[in-house]
Amino acid sequence: MIDVIDLKKSFGRLEVLRGINITINRGDIVCVIGPSGSGKSTFLRCLNCMEDPTGGQIIFNGTDIADMSVDINIHRRKMGMVFQQFNLFNNKTVLQNIMLSPVYVGTTDLRRARTHNFFLPLTNLFRSKAKKQEKIAITTSKKQITEQAREQAISLLKRIGLEDKANVYPATLSGGQKQRVAIARALAMNPEVILFDEPTSALDPEMVGEVLELMKQLADEGMTMVIVTHEMGFAREVGTRLCFMDEGVIMEENTPAEFFSNPQCPRAVEFLSKVL
Amino acid sequence: MGNFGLKIDKFIEVLIDRRGYVKVFEGLENTLIIAVLGLVIGIVIGTLIATVRVVPKYRLLPRVLNGFCSLYVGFFRGTPMVVQLLLFYYVMLPMMGMNMPGLHVSIAVFGLNSGAYISEIMRAGIQSVDDGQMEAGRAVGLPFSTTMLKIVIPQAVKNILPTMGNEFIALIKETSVVSFVGAANLYTAFNMIGTNSYEFMVPYLVMAILYIVIIMLISFGIKVMERGLQKSDRRH
Repeated sequence: MIDVIDLKKSFGRLEVLRGINITINRGDIVCVIGPSGSGKSTFLRCLNCMEDPTGGQIIFNGTDIADMSVDINIHRRKMGMVFQQFNLFNNKTVLQNIMLSPVYVGTTDLRRARTHNFFLPLTNLFRSKAKKQEKIAITTSKKQITEQAREQAISLLKRIGLEDKANVYPATLSGGQKQRVAIARALAMNPEVILFDEPTSALDPEMVGEVLELMKQLADEGMTMVIVTHEMGFAREVGTRLCFMDEGVIMEENTPAEFFSNPQCPRAVEFLSKVL
Repeated sequence: MGNFGLKIDKFIEVLIDRRGYVKVFEGLENTLIIAVLGLVIGIVIGTLIATVRVVPKYRLLPRVLNGFCSLYVGFFRGTPMVVQLLLFYYVMLPMMGMNMPGLHVSIAVFGLNSGAYISEIMRAGIQSVDDGQMEAGRAVGLPFSTTMLKIVIPQAVKNILPTMGNEFIALIKETSVVSFVGAANLYTAFNMIGTNSYEFMVPYLVMAILYIVIIMLISFGIKVMERGLQKSDRRH
């Protein structure tokens, strides 16, 4: 689903990623681990072009999204992202946080279709007979879109066990609750893959469990996930593939069981001896 | 000071018997119109400029716009309001062969001027919002403009409301210079009462008190607004 080909990223003179190649297939749960400064977060942020790559290609469903002329917003809808610092919209309630993007996408498409239909008689004047376009059927309304998004948001909140928090602002939530809402917000777009950028690193130890539990549920349902993490236990238990990164390249790629019991590269051995 | 009572009598005579209050109300109305419309125009211009300034500058267009905005802000912050009014009224309009009443010129110049100041306030406000908010908006597939409008700017406005109140107060006070282009305002009204009664002490004193009262009312209004906007911070 995602083909990363020779991905490079440098900030000024600092080369952070020095040629990354990996293929992520549907259903994969790729855990990325490595010492700090190894480029794992930058790699993840390049996958949805949060940082624009300075070289290489990222082929997502057949489109090279590293190409600056591609409308990245359309592809980002299919790639959820969960941040270390949660980044819930502070000026929106929990429900609005989850609904915002589905409502925006729905109403924008609706407006585009209406504009298209409105100008169709005019624009078709300039098209040859074979190229004349049809009206786009409008089957929904703004109210319906909002209502659907609300229902979906509420069912997502039920799923993460926070339906009683629908109308509060994020400032009132605990870290673990915020991160679960952030995951629900990512799920609201029905993404094909979710990128997790150290989702539990900013949490109190007692709240790590609830977030990992939710992520595990997603994994069991077959969601494709790319997870940058320091939770070795989680990586071993849930991950289907494990990438060890250092100095801007993937040093070793293996199954978690194999990697933890029998690491191949010396840097990985050194790293594991420190963290385990 | 012995004849202070006499001075008050004279003032009241001109203000009420000779219908000076009509002028005062007219002046008050103009002062508020210029300041409010100036602020509204300023907020629109300022927000646009601030947005241009924080847009990532990979491409040519944002860079050109950014240069233009720097020039604009440089000019309007670099010259006094009076000079801008005079330039607009006595240089620009005649050159374009146009005619405009002083009031309209004042509104335009106040809007352009406060736009330059508000752009800097707004930029600080936008930069005070955590980058993560923009990132989160972009990550769920919203374009830059929508994220800015729905997420970042509402939070920025909350942060800069006290400074924005300052700007409004400054505008109200600065309206006293629009008499340079022949527009009525609070100052011209009281000045006229003074001229008619040959007595300036009381009119100017009352004028000062009136300014203070207006500005106290505005400060109170801003406080109420601040409290309203802080509902998303409260942990209840």
